[in-house]
Amino acid sequence: MPDELTIKIAGEAGQGMQTISTVLAKAFKKAGLHIFANQDFMSRIRGGNNFSQLRVATKPLFTLREKSDITVSLDKESAKIHKPSVAGKGIIILDRQRSGITDNDPSYFDAPFYDMAKKAGGSELYANSAACGIVAGITRLDFRHIEGALNEAFGDKPADVKKINIDTARSGYDFAKNNFKPDIFVMKKGGPNGNLFMNGNEAIALGAIRAGCKFYSAYPMSPSTSIMENVSRYAKDFNIIVEQAEDEIAAINMIIGASFAGVRSMCATSGGGFALMVEGLSLAGMLETPIVAVDAQRPAPATGFPTRTEQADLDFLIHAGHGEFARAVFAPGTAEEAFYLTVKAFNLAEKYQIPVLIMTDQHLADSSRDIEPFDMDRAKVERHIISKEDSRKIAGYKRYQLTETGVSPMAVPSWIEDVIYADSDEHTEEGHITEDGNIRMSMVEKRFYKKMELLSQEIEEPTRYNIESADTILVGFGSTYGAMKEACESIAGRRAGFVHLSQVWPFPSGQIAGLLKKGKNILTVENNAGGQLAKLIRRSTGIEVEGSILKYDGRPFNSDFLKERVLEVVNNGRR
Amino acid sequence: MADVKDFISSDPIAWCPGCGDYGILNALKAALVKLGRKPKDIVIASGIGQAAKLPHYIKCNCINGLHGRSLSYASAVKIVNRELTVIVTTGDGDCYGEGGNHFIHNIRRNVDITVIVHNNQIYGLTKGQASPTTDEGYVTKVQPQGVILEPIRALEMAIALGAGFVARGYSSNMEHLSWLILEGINHKGFSLVEVLQPCVSFNKKNTHEWYSKRVYKVNDDPAYDPGNFVAAFQKASEWGDRIPTGIIYRAEKPSYGEKSGLDKAAPLVDSDIDDIDLTGILKGFA
Repeated sequence: MPDELTIKIAGEAGQGMQTISTVLAKAFKKAGLHIFANQDFMSRIRGGNNFSQLRVATKPLFTLREKSDITVSLDKESAKIHKPSVAGKGIIILDRQRSGITDNDPSYFDAPFYDMAKKAGGSELYANSAACGIVAGITRLDFRHIEGALNEAFGDKPADVKKINIDTARSGYDFAKNNFKPDIFVMKKGGPNGNLFMNGNEAIALGAIRAGCKFYSAYPMSPSTSIMENVSRYAKDFNIIVEQAEDEIAAINMIIGASFAGVRSMCATSGGGFALMVEGLSLAGMLETPIVAVDAQRPAPATGFPTRTEQADLDFLIHAGHGEFARAVFAPGTAEEAFYLTVKAFNLAEKYQIPVLIMTDQHLADSSRDIEPFDMDRAKVERHIISKEDSRKIAGYKRYQLTETGVSPMAVPSWIEDVIYADSDEHTEEGHITEDGNIRMSMVEKRFYKKMELLSQEIEEPTRYNIESADTILVGFGSTYGAMKEACESIAGRRAGFVHLSQVWPFPSGQIAGLLKKGKNILTVENNAGGQLAKLIRRSTGIEVEGSILKYDGRPFNSDFLKERVLEVVNNGRR
Repeated sequence: MADVKDFISSDPIAWCPGCGDYGILNALKAALVKLGRKPKDIVIASGIGQAAKLPHYIKCNCINGLHGRSLSYASAVKIVNRELTVIVTTGDGDCYGEGGNHFIHNIRRNVDITVIVHNNQIYGLTKGQASPTTDEGYVTKVQPQGVILEPIRALEMAIALGAGFVARGYSSNMEHLSWLILEGINHKGFSLVEVLQPCVSFNKKNTHEWYSKRVYKVNDDPAYDPGNFVAAFQKASEWGDRIPTGIIYRAEKPSYGEKSGLDKAAPLVDSDIDDIDLTGILKGFA
């Protein structure tokens, strides 16, 4: 009886792999199991080869596995393409007749799900529900969970449509129980699972709503778009305006305008769109207007792999923008971290009147997990603008008043009696254009040194695991958290530990210098080709790491891949 | 009652003596006095160029940002606080060149803002290169054989794109221009007020004398109907010996604020964001 399974559903774009995966995920979660699900899709609407991966287990999950126990092949090609990634005792479920598969393989389990769909539902369109039923039957999942999940998945459909889907799933379920006798995939029971099930982009959207974001502007770009879709879904209920801008330049300038007028605002994009936003980023730094911007990274340069993952914008984000100004850059490792850090991003942006960037990637954006319900006490709004009530007491207001801390009180236009001048030229305390060298120096110190100093005092603590006893320490940021965690936990004898940075700017130099002790074998783990984190560590702390485990094929790390690479190092000594 | 003194800024003016910008500044001040709102309730947004300096020379809220981007932040200011009067002061390069895409899409967006385009048919701040509105054949340091691109037809563009208020003034006809600006502010939706102005330093062709001989006021003709789309388009295309000024086109149409529902609700800036309850939507993620 396994305590975990990996299920892969593969087919052409448009065949509904994601629906099957979502229904199964919900059903397994209802059975009390933990879930990690993600999509591997090509940048096309029809055809090609796409797959959804679903990992279920009795323990909480943070990453994927390399091999699949159950592969559902919805078309002819998928069986061939995914055979190499079938686990030792794994099977490929396929509809031999419908797919025209003629070869034989011990891993094949022939299930006529297209026929079942026609018989039970009257149309091949219901094959997905049949496939859900087959997987549920093979794993002996209680059918009522599939029924519940289908009802939720087709919640907005008429009752008869739901019934057809459930009937079709039932015939698949019965077929599997009668024809697949081994119990090798019958999962151990899980406990009650009251967790939330969401991906990184959903968590960011919820974080923004919780933080009081009332204006969101963006131009659609994979893999950031679902943040905009999720904010839009709830916009009416929470009084949020979502404005699809004509381009990313407009998007960032719009959120700067909204923020100048006193409203918490946000935009999101991927690297190429962020490149267009860079001019506006610098404007936010100069105007001292708080904004939150998300870069959901994908492989680049240029258009790259639109639907795949990479972490190659680290250097770009910490340096983006002409001139010198303070910023913070977060790199959440999980959906829950993405939620809390999004709220913090809004608070921090307003506190220091700076741009705060949230760097994610396609892997974090699109992978769903079950996560602990949010603790709203950890996600509180902290306001730092002059309130409407206090605004009445303000006289002689200067937008860029020089203060000890470098932060000038931020007033909202029309709330105070005075007028507010904000300017992108170098400016006086009043906000008027100046060419004075001394004022320039004061303003640079305010925008850059002083704010960076304050930001450095509240950097997110890096997450650490087993760094005292391990000889090999992995260091990563962003979405590699899960792979590092599970890889280190599975390496026997606790020979590996890790440090994960959820904030990369200001760089936590002090913490990292303290954590990465001499005599350890330190390796960065990065979804890029340049080892950007390794270089950043060296620049910031003087520590030269032993090496980097890099992955730049556009695919995410998983614990098996990473474990193998780490063990090579652990067993062969230093690299 | 508002008074012109209410709008006096302490910031010294950095325009060339004799610049058409002075006429525009005075016309704007006169329009704002008639509008009767306090400086604190008015936001003037600008980008880069000589026109973009204007917000410093008048006492109103000012957001002077990047070249070409003013329409983006101006629209957003109005979206989040509909109680503000939002005006943009931009130029032929800022609005029609660098900001061309924003010009197109903010007309479509139809947020209730008034856009005053200082059109001197030349780049002043960068010292005399061709702008999108420079006449064909005009010789500059960068175009020594003369400009070979056709000038942009901004008023026709605006009408074609569905702008509800398209006007043209002349910086030396202060009172007329002031009336156009006030009409633009009072029009609900995107209002374009293009202003012809001489650049005394870099445009040796389109001088005060050149404009004075050509401009005429379309609204003096009682037969001219600014509500007639086809007639307005024809009028907007007139350029040469005679140049029309006045309200070229006017049509009532629902603004962004009306269509989005914003105009019926409290301004977004007044939202209470303390402890927003996600319980309802989190059920969907169970």
